[in-house]
Amino acid sequence: MDLLLNVLLGVVVAATPLVFASIGELVAEKSGVLNLGVEGMMIVGAIAAFAGTVASGSYVVGILTGALAGAAMAALFGVLTLTLMSNQVACGLALTLFGLGLSALIGQAYSGVSLPQFPRLDIPVLSEIPFVGPLIFGQDALVYLSFALVAAVAWFLTRTRAGLVLRAVGENHDAAHGIGYPVIAIRYLAVMFGGACAGLGGAYLSLVQTPLWVEKMTAGRGWIALALVVFASWRPLRVLGGAYLFGGITIMQLHSQALGLKIDAQILSMLPYIATIVVLVVISRDRVKMKLNAPSCLGKVFYATS
Amino acid sequence: MKRAFRMFAALGAALTLALGATAAAQAADPLKVAFVYVGPIGDHGWSYQHDVGRKAVEREFGDKVKVSYVENVSEGPDAERVIAQLAQGGADLIFTTSFGFMNPTIKVASRFPKVKFEHATGFKTAKNVSIYNARFYEGRYIAGIISAKLSKTGTIGYIASFPIPEVVMGINAAYLGAKTVNPDIKIKTIWVSSWFDPGKESDAAKALADQGADVLMQHTDSPAAMKFAEERGIHAFGQASDMAAFGPKAQLTSILDDWNYYYIDRVKAVMDGTWATKDTWDGLKEKMVELAPYGPAVPEDVRTLADATKAKIISGELHPFTGPINKQDGSPWLKAGEKASDKDLLSMNFFVQGVEGSLPK
Repeated sequence: MDLLLNVLLGVVVAATPLVFASIGELVAEKSGVLNLGVEGMMIVGAIAAFAGTVASGSYVVGILTGALAGAAMAALFGVLTLTLMSNQVACGLALTLFGLGLSALIGQAYSGVSLPQFPRLDIPVLSEIPFVGPLIFGQDALVYLSFALVAAVAWFLTRTRAGLVLRAVGENHDAAHGIGYPVIAIRYLAVMFGGACAGLGGAYLSLVQTPLWVEKMTAGRGWIALALVVFASWRPLRVLGGAYLFGGITIMQLHSQALGLKIDAQILSMLPYIATIVVLVVISRDRVKMKLNAPSCLGKVFYATS
Repeated sequence: MKRAFRMFAALGAALTLALGATAAAQAADPLKVAFVYVGPIGDHGWSYQHDVGRKAVEREFGDKVKVSYVENVSEGPDAERVIAQLAQGGADLIFTTSFGFMNPTIKVASRFPKVKFEHATGFKTAKNVSIYNARFYEGRYIAGIISAKLSKTGTIGYIASFPIPEVVMGINAAYLGAKTVNPDIKIKTIWVSSWFDPGKESDAAKALADQGADVLMQHTDSPAAMKFAEERGIHAFGQASDMAAFGPKAQLTSILDDWNYYYIDRVKAVMDGTWATKDTWDGLKEKMVELAPYGPAVPEDVRTLADATKAKIISGELHPFTGPINKQDGSPWLKAGEKASDKDLLSMNFFVQGVEGSLPK
């Protein structure tokens, strides 16, 4: 029972950065912008959050710095692709490379610096319930925030007028422009929201999961977040499920190795990727629905014609 | 178009001439030594340690040498370009410090026969290419002894990267060391399939601790596991450089790489004109492998035991891989008293009897 609880607690830690990064990217993509720079925004968020926390001594300040830094990176991407109308794929890749370099530069002063363990929000009484208590009521604030964000995004996209407008911009920017919606401004906001979320994902990595700063510490998580969005067919709850599935199998394969199961480590290492892709592809195999969910203008440059 | 091309070619030729001229002019100038690193010098591990060696060369020879380095060079075509550029720029001696630089080094070396090359951890030599490596397994054997002494659960956790001989050798050495203290010791291994993924290394450390390991060893490059051990209140060994900053209470010791004397020797050899192709595999004896100062958790008697073991390895009285040793499946490998040959070690692809888990093939 203890082992199971530990496994599940580990899953939450492994999944949360992915939840943040992919839910942000989902919003950006729903507005029609493909930002491949998630990895870059995440790593800049990671160092900014770490530096902010070290400088101010406050986790709240640090987390906000991380989110702002991610949003600033996204704004840069916006200037390039929305205002200057450059190719989104190329700019996204450039943003990742830039982010890795920039974070290494800022991070030089922070390698070897240590932070204390991130505090858990132990909700009194409830967190003392055996098993369920620590799992559901004993997480840190960022985990609760990640769930709240997913719920908020799901609600925003499907239940609010603003969400409808955002989706309209992603489906057909010319029509949205024709009706009079500020396509570029809406996309800026969506992209910057995505950046802030990626920054939070990075912050979780450097403040909670490890907690330390080392160069290139995102190690490809931004790319996984990107893939999750597509395989979850742009549905917030599936993104959440996909992130937990991926995190879950990652942790489980580590545990099964430690248990000494006679399965090749390479196969176990592949499992999270394969299982997540297979499951998400299977649940979203309906091509008609898939098409309905995929933003039609994804990755297309918008020229205001009139 | 054609004309433009011709102009370009002429320009190229002029440039080559100019470069050749500077190279000739520099013959009387300080010896030019260059280093190529795979990671950032701030990685707190492998590349950092090589850079310490570079600084030692600078200190030793002062203005008799001109030292430069390139960091973050990825293994592959990029490496060849960087090494060639350094050779072209008039470097007399180039150290390439990662396994993956092997083929690029050999390739560039054949184009610049007058430049001397030194490649770390590889196995290909040439007329102007030497190789050097350290016997990390000697340090890991001692780490195994210390961990068995300190483990209350009798379980050691090992975070491994890839099943190459270097890593397999380390796990076997640690187990054999631990077994001399506690015959029932268990070693649990997790392969994270990466040299560097702090998040995953931390998750693996957590999984090992959850399953009862109270001493962690790693053959991955980030200090994440050390940091985790500090928080969990268990112990760990650092990798490549001293990681005490990340685990002041947790670190028992680190297995350090010390390249300083080797670099100084080789630079001197080039200056004296005695440089020749060499295959170096040094260990504790030559101090290429060292142990960081013991952490506060290591009690006096364990320190004495570890020091005594170290002294025996240095004197040659003890070889970590001395028979009788069986392979994991029970088939015999070394007869009683037989010592493993370097060739056997460098191609090791099996666990010894007693190590749990399967070795990925």
